Amino acid sequence: MGINFDFLVDGLSLLFALMITGIGALVFLYTSAYMQGDRYLDRFYGYLCLFMGAMLGMVLSDNIFTLFVFWELTSISSFFLIGYNNESKASRKSALISLTVTGLGGFFLLAAFALIGNITGTYSINEMIGSAAVLKAHELYLLIIIFLFIAAFSKSAQFPLHFWLPGAMKAPTPVSTYLHSATMVKAGIYLLARFTPVLGGVLVWNNTLTIVGGFTMVYAAFHSIFKKDLKEILAFSTISALGMLVFLLGLGTSEALLAATVYIVVHALYKAGLFLVTGIIDHETGTRKIFKLSGLRKVMMPVAIAGLLAMISNAGIPPSFGFIGKDLIYESALQLNMNATVLTAVAVLANTLLLYASILVGIKPFAGPLPDTYKEVHLPDWRLWVPPLFLGAVGIILGLFPVIVEGGIITPALLSMHPTAPKIHLKLWHGFNLVLGLSAVTIMGGLLLYFSLKPSIRHEVWLAKFNKLSPQNLAIYLSRKFRDFAGLWTRLLQNGYVRIYVLVIISFLTALLAYQSFTQVRFYVDPAKISPLTSAEMVVMLILITAILYLVYTPSRLAAVAAMGVIGYCICLIFVFYSAPDLAMTQFAVDTLTVILFVLVLYRLPKYITYSNWLIRLRDGLVALFFGLLITILGLEVLNEPTSKETTQFFAENSYTLAKGKNVVNVILVDYRGIDTMVEITVLTIAALGVFALLKLQLNKYDQEL
Amino acid sequence: MEIILAIIVGLLYASGIYLMLRRSLVKLVIGLVLLGNGVNLLIFLLGGLVKGKPPIIPPTDTVLGQIYADPVPQALILTAIVISFGLQSFAIVLIKRTYIVLDTDDLDQIHSAEEDEDDY
Repeated sequence: MGINFDFLVDGLSLLFALMITGIGALVFLYTSAYMQGDRYLDRFYGYLCLFMGAMLGMVLSDNIFTLFVFWELTSISSFFLIGYNNESKASRKSALISLTVTGLGGFFLLAAFALIGNITGTYSINEMIGSAAVLKAHELYLLIIIFLFIAAFSKSAQFPLHFWLPGAMKAPTPVSTYLHSATMVKAGIYLLARFTPVLGGVLVWNNTLTIVGGFTMVYAAFHSIFKKDLKEILAFSTISALGMLVFLLGLGTSEALLAATVYIVVHALYKAGLFLVTGIIDHETGTRKIFKLSGLRKVMMPVAIAGLLAMISNAGIPPSFGFIGKDLIYESALQLNMNATVLTAVAVLANTLLLYASILVGIKPFAGPLPDTYKEVHLPDWRLWVPPLFLGAVGIILGLFPVIVEGGIITPALLSMHPTAPKIHLKLWHGFNLVLGLSAVTIMGGLLLYFSLKPSIRHEVWLAKFNKLSPQNLAIYLSRKFRDFAGLWTRLLQNGYVRIYVLVIISFLTALLAYQSFTQVRFYVDPAKISPLTSAEMVVMLILITAILYLVYTPSRLAAVAAMGVIGYCICLIFVFYSAPDLAMTQFAVDTLTVILFVLVLYRLPKYITYSNWLIRLRDGLVALFFGLLITILGLEVLNEPTSKETTQFFAENSYTLAKGKNVVNVILVDYRGIDTMVEITVLTIAALGVFALLKLQLNKYDQEL
Repeated sequence: MEIILAIIVGLLYASGIYLMLRRSLVKLVIGLVLLGNGVNLLIFLLGGLVKGKPPIIPPTDTVLGQIYADPVPQALILTAIVISFGLQSFAIVLIKRTYIVLDTDDLDQIHSAEEDEDDY
């Protein structure tokens, strides 16, 4: 099959693996205090470990199908984690939505991978890079990248598949931190980055990513500033940051890819930090509503410092690592040949809005006077506040000394996306230039926004008006319609009426046979093969036809059964005429028994009631007659075909010589097909036992009422 | 002869199907019987009609003579007749039991529409 556990560590994998394990370790530490005393803590750790393993496997896989399996595993473990509070309905619903969206992406990923594998003839990503030119020139290229984009966008929450991410915030905060800011949502980014050297560099690739990413980052940043719940603000700012990454991958120049690499690290550091801070606030005060919180620095100083550090990195204020990242973003946007101004402006706008959001989360809860309600709040366990503080500090240290990560992590990661990228040098200070000016504009804009736009419930209400048109509601609407359609379809085909089933099957069969008959059959009967008709036979046939017609029309059950008996006896006579004495005897016995049984059962049933109107009867009659006609035509047609008499010859010669029987039919039944006959007898015995049991069964009153 | 027999087979099929499309349980079973008869006759017809030459080896011979009725379709039909008898008798008794318990032979009243009101 060529599907192996091939693992490969290159720069890009290493970057992600370090993020997963590093932030993972802090999250585990944090969880031990945050979830202390939880009833299902063991389960929670299990899910978290499952997720971590899946995520690591995904970024380290070289085989596309192993990658796919791990990709799906992250979706599944994420489902369990989001729905962890399984007693809450909202939590269950969010889990389902996120599983649906990311699972849908998984389908497309598999399709894309199957196509890629077929075209390149290898399942190894590393080997695919050699076939990149073939892939890009292939006629299915467009389809492949569409599938790949759907997968990446669903996982990395790009518009219009972004709506599951805010819902996923129903999960406990450690989960939000780990999955929905730092790692899992980056899986889509990883996928795009991983396939940049294989599929990237084509105009449609770049433009799609730039447009979708650019739109998502502004759209989500705009939403984030109106949210009042700390975690929701963070959710939307995460979507926006992911949009930024997609945007940078779309620009595709070596500067943009460098900016993306740095921004992945920056974002992971500050977003995880902010989430952890939010978790502490929620844990200690019991609320995440932004307008209720203030002055918390007086009771939990280290947490406030952690928030401030994360916010500085988020806002891109020197000397943080975020500042380097933002500089790189602006630089790469400015250096473009086309649309540089527009794209730079978009980036500045999104960054300004994000800065406002980061102030809301990182500073607002800690600034100002402390309300009386929170006087009792105290500094939590060290396991809670050390991780965010550590992350914040790393953000600043990396800003001051970018050389720590430059050679070991950033450069290899860049090279695995862009093998011919020039040597890079990260530095904090670039001198006074346009980029610095843009940074200043961003910071000023964000601060201005903070002081002019006070959080209020009004904005949320205003935004809620557009809910009807949001992708989330459209998706739910569509899935509901799909369900209704499935119900309708099932009710149409599986309606529970036997006669409708029969009607559909027979009509379909008739149509098929009729088509075949009109195109293939010659309607020709060989006169030589027709045997002459005697008067006795003539009479029997007439009786038979009369009995059939009578049977169909009679209103009395007893008469119908009698007619059935007549038909049976007539067939019996036909067997006699045409040299089948054994058949005649069997038919006679069976027919007699059937009629007797029928009469025994029917004598106390009422007369037929005509249930259907003449129109339905006409329809059924036409279908039945047409089908009968086709059978007649087919029968005559088959008679024209020459038949092979080899088997018959064998029985004719060997019945006596081998089996010592002179009646060939009997010899076939009891000798050559003896076991078959024995099984038949068994079936009859079982049927007889069933008949006996049903006749003798006496139901008591209680059972009858059931 | 073959033509008339073919027409009769078609008629048996038609009447069998027509009766199976009715709402009465009794008619359904009678339709089944007719359909079975039609199938048997069809096989018999396609095996070739031979008059007065049953596939029985004469006392003086050890093999069948030149012209004789084909024993293979006959063996098939014999099995079919017996098996369909098993089916029919069981069905007939079921009709009776159904009538005793439900007091009707109308398929629409027997058919209990699952009242699965959607509450998901």
